[in-house]
Amino acid sequence: MKPAFLLAAATVAVAVLATVPLYANGYQLSLAITLMNYTVLATAWTLFSGPTRYVSLATVAFFGIGAYTAAVLAERMAWPWILLIALAVGLAVALIVGLSTLRLSGVYFVIFTFGLAELIRQIVTWYEVNVTRTLGRYIFVGIDPADIYWQLLGLAVLVFAAGIVIRRSRLGLALRVIGDDETVARHVGINTTIAKVALFALSAAFMTLCGAVMAPRWTYIDPAIAFSPVVSFQVLIMALLGGVHRLYGPLFGVVPLVLLFEFLLARFPNHFSILVGLAFMLIVYAIPQGIVGFVERMVRRKGEAA
Amino acid sequence: MFAAAVTSGLVLGGMYALIAMGLTLQYGVARIMNLAHGELMIAAAFAAFWLFTSAAVNPLVGLLLVVPAAFAISWAIYRLLLIPLVARAPNRDALEVDSILATFGMLFVIQGVMLVMFGGAYYSYSFLAFPVTIAGATVAANRLLALAFAAVIGVALYLYLTRTRLGTAVRAVAVDPQSAPLVAIDVRATAALAFAFGGALVAAGGVLVSMFLTFNANIGVVFTMKALIVVIMGGVGNLLGCLVAGLILGLAETFVATFVDPGLTLATTYAIFLIILLVRPQGLFGTASR
Repeated sequence: MKPAFLLAAATVAVAVLATVPLYANGYQLSLAITLMNYTVLATAWTLFSGPTRYVSLATVAFFGIGAYTAAVLAERMAWPWILLIALAVGLAVALIVGLSTLRLSGVYFVIFTFGLAELIRQIVTWYEVNVTRTLGRYIFVGIDPADIYWQLLGLAVLVFAAGIVIRRSRLGLALRVIGDDETVARHVGINTTIAKVALFALSAAFMTLCGAVMAPRWTYIDPAIAFSPVVSFQVLIMALLGGVHRLYGPLFGVVPLVLLFEFLLARFPNHFSILVGLAFMLIVYAIPQGIVGFVERMVRRKGEAA
Repeated sequence: MFAAAVTSGLVLGGMYALIAMGLTLQYGVARIMNLAHGELMIAAAFAAFWLFTSAAVNPLVGLLLVVPAAFAISWAIYRLLLIPLVARAPNRDALEVDSILATFGMLFVIQGVMLVMFGGAYYSYSFLAFPVTIAGATVAANRLLALAFAAVIGVALYLYLTRTRLGTAVRAVAVDPQSAPLVAIDVRATAALAFAFGGALVAAGGVLVSMFLTFNANIGVVFTMKALIVVIMGGVGNLLGCLVAGLILGLAETFVATFVDPGLTLATTYAIFLIILLVRPQGLFGTASR
C-alpha cells in the first residue's frame, strides 16, 4: 500500500472517530473513552518496550502522576498549564528512573519499575497526610466527557505519529539493534543509554499526559485510585495480546480486552483479578508473539506452502 | 528506644534475609525471576493464621505442614508451568522476560484467590505476644522466636548448600548451567529443586512473619520488591550477601520508622536501592559479570 493511501485512510479513520461524541449515548461514550485511554497507554508502552524488549511495569506510576498533578492543580490554573506541568513532572521522574537503571541490564529496570507505583503512592500519601492534611481530592473542572474523548484522540494521534517518526529515524534503528543484541549495539557505536532513556522518557510523557487528561473522569481521587497497579497490568496484557513488535499491534489487544474486562467486571466483580491473571498467563504461554505476530506467521506459512 | 529499634530492625531484617534467600535460589539457580514470590509468602501467612485460629495449631507446628506443602507446590509450578518457558527460551535473557511475565500473571491469580477467600482486611493473631527484655530492650517473644527460627533455617540452608553433594550440584548450576551436565548434573531437576527450596523458604518466612505482623491479601507485592532489592544488594545467588543486605534493609527501615516517620519506610528502601544501583550494581558481594 502506498504511504499516501495509508495517510488518507488514517485521516478518515481519525475524522470518523472524532464524530463519536456527537451521537454516542453516555455509556457508549464512556466505553469509547476507556478504549481510547488504553489505546494511548498500550501504544505508549509499546513505543519503548516493543523495540528494546525492556518490560516496564510502571505504567500506572506515570499515569497516576499525571492524574494527581491535574487533581492538585485543578482549580488553580488554566487547563493547558496543568497539562504542561504534569508533563514536566512525569518527564523528571522518567529521567531519574531511566538514568539510574537503564545503564544496567534489563532486570534492574524491571525490578525498579515493579515497585515504582507503590513507592510514589506511599510518598504522595505521606505528603498529603503530613503536609496538606487531606487524603483525597475532589476535581471540579469544566471538562465534559466529550472533551476528554477528543483530547485522548489527539494524544492517540500524537503517539502514533511519534512512533512512525521514531521508527524511520536513526534513534529507531538504534533501538531495534539494542532489542536484538545490546552488546552489538554498543560495539557499533550506539550510545545505548541515551537512546533508551530518551525513548523511555517519551513513552512516560504520553502516559503522564493521558493520566492528566483522564483525571476529570473521577470527581474524587486519592492515591489508591490514581496508582492502582491493575492499570499497569492491563496495559501490559493488552500490548502483549496485540503484539509489541508493530506500532499498531496493541490496538488488536486493546479492543477485545477492554470489552472482555468490561464484561468480567460486570459479571464477576469478585473474581476479576483471578480471571485477568489467567487470561494473561494464557497469552504468555499460547501466543507470545501476540495476535499480529501470530497472523503474520500464518500468512508467511501460507505463502511458503503455495 | 535505640535498643528497641535495633532489635526490631534485626528481626525484620532477618525475615527479609530469609525471604530473599528463597528468591536468590530461584533466580540464581533456576533463572526464574519470580514476581509471585511475596504472594506465596502471604499465602503461607494466611495458612498459618487459618491453622491457628480454626484448628488451634501452633504456628511452629504449622511450619511443619506449610513448608513441605510450599515445597511441593513450588516444585509443581516449576515442572508444569515454568519448564515450557525454559524449553522455548533461546537464551537466558528471553527466559528472564518470559518468567517475569508468567509470574506476573500468577501474582494476580494468587492474589485474587486470597482476596476471594479473605477479603482485603488486615489479619493478625496473638501468639506468644508477651514482652521479653534483652539487653535493655523490650521485645515481644514471638519476634525473638521468629528471628531464632530464621537463623536456624538460614544456617541449615547454608550447610546444605556447602556441605552436601546435592547442594554442591545446586551451586554448580548457579555458576555455569552449560558445563554442569558435563559432570553428570541433571540441570532441570536441580533447577526444579532450587525453585522448590526457594518456595519453601519464603513460606517459612510467611509463617514466621504472621506471628508478629499484620498482613492482608494485597501486601505480597511489597515483600517481593524488598526481596528483589535485597537479592540485588547482596549480589545475585549470594546467600551471605542476602543476610547482610537483609539486615541492612531491616535496620534502615526500622530506624527511619522510629526516628523519622513510619510513612517513609518504602522510600528508604528505594533510596538504598538507588544508591546500590548507582554505586555498586553488581551488589555488595557480587562480582562484576554482566
